[in-house]
Amino acid sequence: MSTTATEPQASDTTAPTSRVMRTARKRKNRKFNPWGVVAWIAAIGFFFPVFWMVLTAFKQEADAYSDPPKFFFTPTLDQFRAVFETGVGTALLNSAFATIVSTVLVLLLGVPAAFALSLRPVKKTKDVLFFFISTKMLPIVAAIIPLYVIVANVGLLDNIWALIILYTAMNLPIAVWMMRSFFLEVPGELLEAASMDGASLWTAVRELILPLVSPGIAATALICVIFSWNEFFFAVNLTAVQAQTIPVFLVGFITGEGLYWARLSAAATMAALPVVLAGWLAQNKLVRGLSFGAIK
Amino acid sequence: MTAPAAQRPVPDADERIRAVREAKEEQISRAEGWRRRGPLLPALIFTIVVTQVPFVFTLYYSTQSWNLVSPGSRRFVGLQNYVDVFQDSQFWQVALNTVILIVGTVLISVILGLLLALLLDRAFLGRGVARTLLITPFLVTPVASALIWKTSMFDPVFGIVNFVLSPFGVEQVDWVSRFPLPAVMVALVWQWTPFMMLLILAGLQSMPRDILEAGRVDGAGAFALFRELTLPHLRRFIELGTVLGAIYLVNTFDAIYMMTQGGPGTASSNLPFYIYQRAFLGFDIGQAAAMGVVVVIGTIVIATFALRLIFTSFTGKEEAA
Repeated sequence: MSTTATEPQASDTTAPTSRVMRTARKRKNRKFNPWGVVAWIAAIGFFFPVFWMVLTAFKQEADAYSDPPKFFFTPTLDQFRAVFETGVGTALLNSAFATIVSTVLVLLLGVPAAFALSLRPVKKTKDVLFFFISTKMLPIVAAIIPLYVIVANVGLLDNIWALIILYTAMNLPIAVWMMRSFFLEVPGELLEAASMDGASLWTAVRELILPLVSPGIAATALICVIFSWNEFFFAVNLTAVQAQTIPVFLVGFITGEGLYWARLSAAATMAALPVVLAGWLAQNKLVRGLSFGAIK
Repeated sequence: MTAPAAQRPVPDADERIRAVREAKEEQISRAEGWRRRGPLLPALIFTIVVTQVPFVFTLYYSTQSWNLVSPGSRRFVGLQNYVDVFQDSQFWQVALNTVILIVGTVLISVILGLLLALLLDRAFLGRGVARTLLITPFLVTPVASALIWKTSMFDPVFGIVNFVLSPFGVEQVDWVSRFPLPAVMVALVWQWTPFMMLLILAGLQSMPRDILEAGRVDGAGAFALFRELTLPHLRRFIELGTVLGAIYLVNTFDAIYMMTQGGPGTASSNLPFYIYQRAFLGFDIGQAAAMGVVVVIGTIVIATFALRLIFTSFTGKEEAA
C-alpha cells in the first residue's frame, strides 16, 4: 500500500530499473529515523491495554489483583477453562453463525446491487446510492422499539435469525458502496468485448468480472465480519440466553465485577481474538470499507 | 396533383416506421431497464423494508401513550409525548452529553490520528508491525475493551492508569465514578484514533511527492510545507473522517452500557442509552419513540448542515483553483 502510493512509477519501469530503485529505497530506509522511536512508543502505548488483557487472561486471580501490577508470573490456562465451563461455547457458536450467515447474505444481495450501480448502471443510480448511505446516518436507537415489537410478534425474540436479518441490513449499504468502488475499477470495455464475442452477460460476469473483483469481495466480507461480530446494541436488546452472542455473554461479567478480572480478561480475549485476526489480515482494505469505498 | 399525392404517403410511412421503431426501442429499453434493475431490486427492497418500515412505526408509536407495565392503557395522545420530551430537563442534559461525547471524541481522535499518521508516513524499522499494533484498538470488540478499561485500566487500587500516574502524585483516583463521561471518552478516543489515523495516512500516501520536493527546493521550512501543502491536501480526508466518525459515534452504546450505565444519574448517559432506558427499563414506549423521532430529526438537520459545509468547501476550493 505504502510503496505503490509513494512510487507510482515503479510499476511502469522494467525489472532492472525497479530493482535499482528498490535498493535505493532500502538504503533510504536504513537511514535512522528518530521519529520512528516515537512512533514505536505510541504504538506500544496504544496496544498496551490489549496486551494487558491477554496477559491478565493467563494469570491467577491473585496475580491479577496486585499493586504494583505484575508483569512476571506463572502462566495458567485455568481462566480459559473456567470461561468454557460457564458456557462461552454457545455464545461463540451463535456469534459465528450470525456473522457468517449475515455476511453471505450481504454478499448475495450486495454484489449484484453494486454491479447494477456501476458497470451497467440503472437510471437514478445517484439517488439509490444516496438512499443506501442515508440509512447508515439514521440513529439505530430510533428503530429499536418497533423492531423489538415486530420481532416479539413474529416470535423471533432470542432467536439468532432476528440478528442475522438486522446485521444483513446493517452491513448491506457498506457492502454496496465498497463493492461499487471495486466494480468501477474494472474497465467497462471488458463487458462490451465479451458481448461482441457472443458471450452472454451472465457468462461474461462470471468468467471475467467476478475473478477481477474477487479481492474486493474478500475485503468486503472481512469488513462485514468485523462489524457483525462486534455488534452489541441489537444483540443485547433482542436476545437473552438461547441466541446470546459473545458481546452479550461478556455483559455477565459486569455483575461479578471486582472479583474475577483474570477470568473476565480470558473471556474478553476470546471475544476479541477472531476479529482482531480478521482485521490484521484485512488492514490494507480496512480504510476502503470504513470510508464506504471513498478512499482507496 | 399526382406529385403531392405520391409524396404524401412517403413521409407518412417514414413516420410510421419511425414510430414503430421508437416503440420497439422503448420496449427494448424498458426490458433492458428491468434487466439492469433486476440485480439491484432484492437489495433495495430488503433495505427499505428492514430500515424504513421501523421508522414509520416509531412515528406512529410516538403519538401513543403506551406503557408496557400498564396494559390496556394505550391510547392516542397526539403530540403530548413530544411536549413531555421537550419539557424533560434530563433529556436536554443527555442531548448535551451526546454532543460533548461526539464532538470531543472526534476532535481528539482526529488530532491524535493526524499525529500518528505523520509518524507512520516516514519509513522506519518495523513500520508495518507498528501500524498493525496501532489499528488493534479499533478491532477489539467494543464491549471487551470497555470492560478492560473499566477494570484493569481505571480501577482505583489495581488499575494501570493510577500505576502509571503514581510518580506524578496521583493516588487511588476512581476515574470512572469521579469523571464518568471523560472516562467513557478515553475508551472511545482509544478506539477511534486508529480509524482516523488510517484515513489520514491514506491521504498522506496519496500525496504527490514531487510537490513537497519542489517546495523543499524553494526553501520552505518543514512547518510551512506542512501548513501550505500537506494540510490542504489532507483536508478532504480529515473532513471525511470527521463525518464518518460522527455517524458511527451517534450510536455509541456499548461503552456507556459497560462502563457507567449512564450514571451517576444521567451524568454520562447519551441519547441511545437514555432512550434504551426509557423503553426497556421504564417500558415507556410512547415517550421513547418520541425521543427517537427527535434524535432522527436532529441528526438529519446536523447531517445536512455538515454535508453542505463540506460540499461548499469543495466547490469553494474548485473555484479558487
